[in-house]
Amino acid sequence: MDATEPVEMLRDASSVAPGPLVYRTHLPVRIWHWINALSIFVMLMSGATIFNAHPRLYWGAYGANFDEPWLVIGRRGQEGFVNLLGLEIPTTGFLGFTENSIRAFPPLVTIPNYYSLAEGRQWHFFFAWVLVISAVLYLLYSILSKHLSRDLALQPHERKFGHLWHDLKQHARLRFPKGEAARAYNPLQKIAYLGVIFGLIPLVVLTGLTMSPMLNAAFPWLLDLFGGRQSARSIHFLCAGGFAAFTVIHLFMVVLAGPINELRSMVTGWYRLPAERMEDRP
Amino acid sequence: MTLITRRAALAGATGLLMAGCDRITTSPTVRKVLTLGEKATLSSQKLVTGRNALAQEFTRADLSPRFRVNGNRLPASADYAAHMTNGFADWELEVAGLVTRPLAMTLAQLKAAPQRTQITRHDCVEGWSAIGEWTGVPLGLLLRHAGVSAKAQYVVFHCADDFSGIPFYESIDMVEAFHPQTILAHTMNRQALSVGHGAPIRLRAERQLGYKQAKYVMKIEAVASLDGIYGGKGGYWEDHSGYQWNAGI
Repeated sequence: MDATEPVEMLRDASSVAPGPLVYRTHLPVRIWHWINALSIFVMLMSGATIFNAHPRLYWGAYGANFDEPWLVIGRRGQEGFVNLLGLEIPTTGFLGFTENSIRAFPPLVTIPNYYSLAEGRQWHFFFAWVLVISAVLYLLYSILSKHLSRDLALQPHERKFGHLWHDLKQHARLRFPKGEAARAYNPLQKIAYLGVIFGLIPLVVLTGLTMSPMLNAAFPWLLDLFGGRQSARSIHFLCAGGFAAFTVIHLFMVVLAGPINELRSMVTGWYRLPAERMEDRP
Repeated sequence: MTLITRRAALAGATGLLMAGCDRITTSPTVRKVLTLGEKATLSSQKLVTGRNALAQEFTRADLSPRFRVNGNRLPASADYAAHMTNGFADWELEVAGLVTRPLAMTLAQLKAAPQRTQITRHDCVEGWSAIGEWTGVPLGLLLRHAGVSAKAQYVVFHCADDFSGIPFYESIDMVEAFHPQTILAHTMNRQALSVGHGAPIRLRAERQLGYKQAKYVMKIEAVASLDGIYGGKGGYWEDHSGYQWNAGI
């Protein structure tokens, strides 16, 4: 694995001279982070259980076994496969068929860890409330405390293409801001967080609501917005994929940036600024 | 060589994790807490959805090319077989419970009553949807005709089918029962309701998931409470599989 190299580099850099501890993350943000982390995990895993009940996705208002799906996670005998837009990818051992399951998603990634649609739904709909209520409170706090405008919004100079391109290249090289520059979120980080807060979360909630037949009667415009119930179900699943991808990258970044320091800042609020690299010093 | 291989460690850790998860998901306290979400969902759905807010209706161009059959496909009882043989000619729907005039209506009488036709989407709890055209008698009409009591809180549907000898039944509350799109359908896609889809009549409660759409309805009973009726949770799936009574989500 090449991942050891940047870690070594960071260790060398931090051994030069540790930066000062700064108070970076306020309590409401930390509380929301952990409630939200739990909610996302439960939602993804109980959502996997629900998906297992009918592991096929369609576009449009209707879609069932005789209709054309765009995604299927299935099995043929002891072979698991994913069929994406007609392209079949073998996934035996991961999806569709594993040593201890014949469902689309194996028990390792589902809640409960056996197949029960009823229980999966109970978990999903309870944590949907947790997710939505905590997200609304967080958003209110972020607006009122200016966490949103001060810490999350891209500052004017960060909105320039050149700046973003530079940041992107630095990320690709796994070189992260040091010293004072590390006090604030960097532009790509801000975009990722804003994407989750204003993109993924509202989209996943609205497509979720669109799958409720009772709420279809209350808010029929949601069906029009997403192009029908099965389209909403597909978008909901794609959002789940977005959350899973965000989580993986987020955890990867935490590990690269120094897991102890990052965890401390998200638990206590105190973050040690990474020492500046020699070559970066003016 | 280490005795604990990475694979074994991973398997062990996974096992521990799974056992931990098991203890959480099977804990009665946890399950009780989770039902709070169910209550919150039902109350807020009632709050934002008007009594008569309609489910989306479609045109014939939107019909599913093939509407799959689900649940029981053929009730096992001898009574049902006899009705099927003579085309439900002497079959009668019983309307009973908290009503002043209990009714017994033949299929012909049901068809002679005012009808409603609607093209709606059937959403299975599993996730799939199918669009079909349904014609039948509004349930509210029958209940009024029978003089349903103000004490009635639910309408229970007793069905001819069973799962391993346990009779199928379902229930809805009075708001859904009197909803304009709640009908007892005898016709599907302009043809007599097939046995697979619930002949002679099935419930269509269009703001609810598929498991509420009771097939092979034999008797309708207005009740004040679901306690003491079969398992007491308001439906076969609710009693035996833990499905929520509220099928609006």
